[in-house]
Amino acid sequence: MKNIIFAGVGGQGVILASKILMEVAKQAGFDVKESEIHGMAQRGGSVDCHVRYGEKVYSPLIEKQSADVIVSLEQLEAMRKLSLLAPGGTMIINLEKVDPAPVQTGEKKYPDDIEKWVSTNIAKHRLVDTTAVLKELGTKKALNIVMLGVLSNHLEFTEKQWETAIRSLVKEKFVDMNLQAFRKGREL
Amino acid sequence: MEKKVLLGNEAIARGAYEAGCHVAAAYPGTPSTEILETMARDYPVIRSQWSPNEKVALEVAAGASVAGARALAAMKHVGLNVAADPLFTFSYTGVNGGFVIINADDPGAWSSQNEQDNRHLARAAKVPMLEPADPAECKEFTKLAFELSEKYDRPVIVRITTRIAHSQGLVEIGERKDVPVKPAPRDPKKYVMLPAHARPRHKFIEEQHLRIKEYSNTSGLNRIEWGNRKRGIITDGVAYQYVKETCPGDSVLKIGMVWPMPDDVIREFAAGVENLYVVEEIDPFIEEYVKSLGIKAIGKEIIPLCGELTPEIVDAALNGKQFPPALPDYNTEIPARPPGLCKGCPHGFVFTVLKKLDLIVNGDIGCYTLAALPPYSAMHTQGCMGASIGMHLGFEKAHGPEMAAKTVAVIGDSTFVHSGITPLIDLVYNKGTGTVIILDNRGTAMTGHQDHPGTGKTLMGEQTHELDLAMLARAVGVKRVVTVDPKDMDEFERVVREETAAREPSVIISLRKCILKM
Repeated sequence: MKNIIFAGVGGQGVILASKILMEVAKQAGFDVKESEIHGMAQRGGSVDCHVRYGEKVYSPLIEKQSADVIVSLEQLEAMRKLSLLAPGGTMIINLEKVDPAPVQTGEKKYPDDIEKWVSTNIAKHRLVDTTAVLKELGTKKALNIVMLGVLSNHLEFTEKQWETAIRSLVKEKFVDMNLQAFRKGREL
Repeated sequence: MEKKVLLGNEAIARGAYEAGCHVAAAYPGTPSTEILETMARDYPVIRSQWSPNEKVALEVAAGASVAGARALAAMKHVGLNVAADPLFTFSYTGVNGGFVIINADDPGAWSSQNEQDNRHLARAAKVPMLEPADPAECKEFTKLAFELSEKYDRPVIVRITTRIAHSQGLVEIGERKDVPVKPAPRDPKKYVMLPAHARPRHKFIEEQHLRIKEYSNTSGLNRIEWGNRKRGIITDGVAYQYVKETCPGDSVLKIGMVWPMPDDVIREFAAGVENLYVVEEIDPFIEEYVKSLGIKAIGKEIIPLCGELTPEIVDAALNGKQFPPALPDYNTEIPARPPGLCKGCPHGFVFTVLKKLDLIVNGDIGCYTLAALPPYSAMHTQGCMGASIGMHLGFEKAHGPEMAAKTVAVIGDSTFVHSGITPLIDLVYNKGTGTVIILDNRGTAMTGHQDHPGTGKTLMGEQTHELDLAMLARAVGVKRVVTVDPKDMDEFERVVREETAAREPSVIISLRKCILKM
């Protein structure tokens, strides 16, 4: 059984990333389940998707301390998920910071020690700077797929399997850009 | 058989399609919205529509069913409150074509004003209720619900929760069954609920209840999965998945038909295990039923009454599992990320002005409810769809007309059409003098910009008559109706000052498209 969490902020494309992962797992012959958040929570709030695949999956939610990999598209959102990470699990964090409302109003401070804390305390971690890649791709919207590329190095599926899944779920005119984003992420 | 990854809501739409459903109606509401959106997008053979509210949606579906079609109505939990009136009586009339109601509860109140448990409504309305535990069952149970509805002459509710509606999983894809629409009957004894007709129908549905109970006992929807006999767990919905995950060796009674309950199966299961537990979200619905049969069980003593369950809650309650910290503490404060109005949201302009004027704001249901939170902190009451206007009049009735000058009602365009028109009539009829602000952002923004009668477009994408809100306000007797763009905050402020000062009812239409649609 593999347990993967995607975390981020509403609008970052967490749901599409998890959909592509599910499709890959399905095509590889696994049972797969996922849980996501819609509605009011999405209005600029924290968003996460739990994806689970294996021979037989019951719960769509990942139990505490059971996530094999957490992929966060934003720094702070990674820290909210710490209790879900399995001992020995991998934390992948995009270093982008998106200020939440209390930080925007000056009421709270955005922590500046996340990189250091993660590097010190989580053995398996990837801190990813996607700025250059996104600039090259010409769109910040590809962030979710770039991060999926980074994740792909930690999972058992082939590049071909990922490509098939992306082709089946992304609108035709965006396929090439997304495949490029995926490969760039895989090379990061 | 082809398998697809589908959202629970998409699987329900697929189930209705495969069941040969002809007509579907709904009002959008998280977590149920995607059901009708999927139907309109993927299965245009079903005549799908947004209705102005859930009551109308349920009545349209009931009408289609009586007229001989297979029909479905979908709504969130509080939507079934709005539609409870037709539900309780169409329970008596029964159906002609299969009639299925999808009801989505929201434990955890992710996107709702309460955590009500609508299993109680099935019992109260005497309507059978099925409860799927994953997307595959969402499809199967929806199909089955149409069959049961026709077989037993009852509307059938399929109850889901947020974690079922918004979780994805593998679903086997089947063919659509070709079901002809039956002839429309003229049968007043069945379809006109005069007291003289209602009494025998009541008797009939009580008799049917016993037949359906027999089905509940024998159909396999309520299924015993024997494991070790030391502990047996009765569970339903997504809680079943958490139990299977965390207690793999135990005996489980999976409740798939939650009303009527299967007495014989419960007795058999209870007799077969040493210790009986009930694991369910929100209210002790199953637990109390089990106890009413004189069976001892442990439930809410260890399972929380409030909020969603999670695997770790179930694991901790049943297995005493503990989660000692696996990582050192991260001691820096992690600032919360509360949802908020988008940058450039038209509601932001409105609430900036209302805050400046220090008005008491009776609010309503929509994105703008977030204005109760900082940085606006400019909403003071909110209850249910349309409540703003009635409460606003109540404030005036409590304190006299001076109060009307210090108070406004604020309601979105879709919410106004849903439930704001009758209280506006009341405000005029009962000589209120207050000001109602309709936040017209040209759609049902909160749930994802669905169309409504005021947008001039249907769910199926056709052009239609566009309800003129200003004309409607005038028609019910409001003489002061002003339309203003809130982005011009000076002008907006001037209008609000003028209208709240006027000693007669006013409607201000704050007209600006949702920023996400610009």
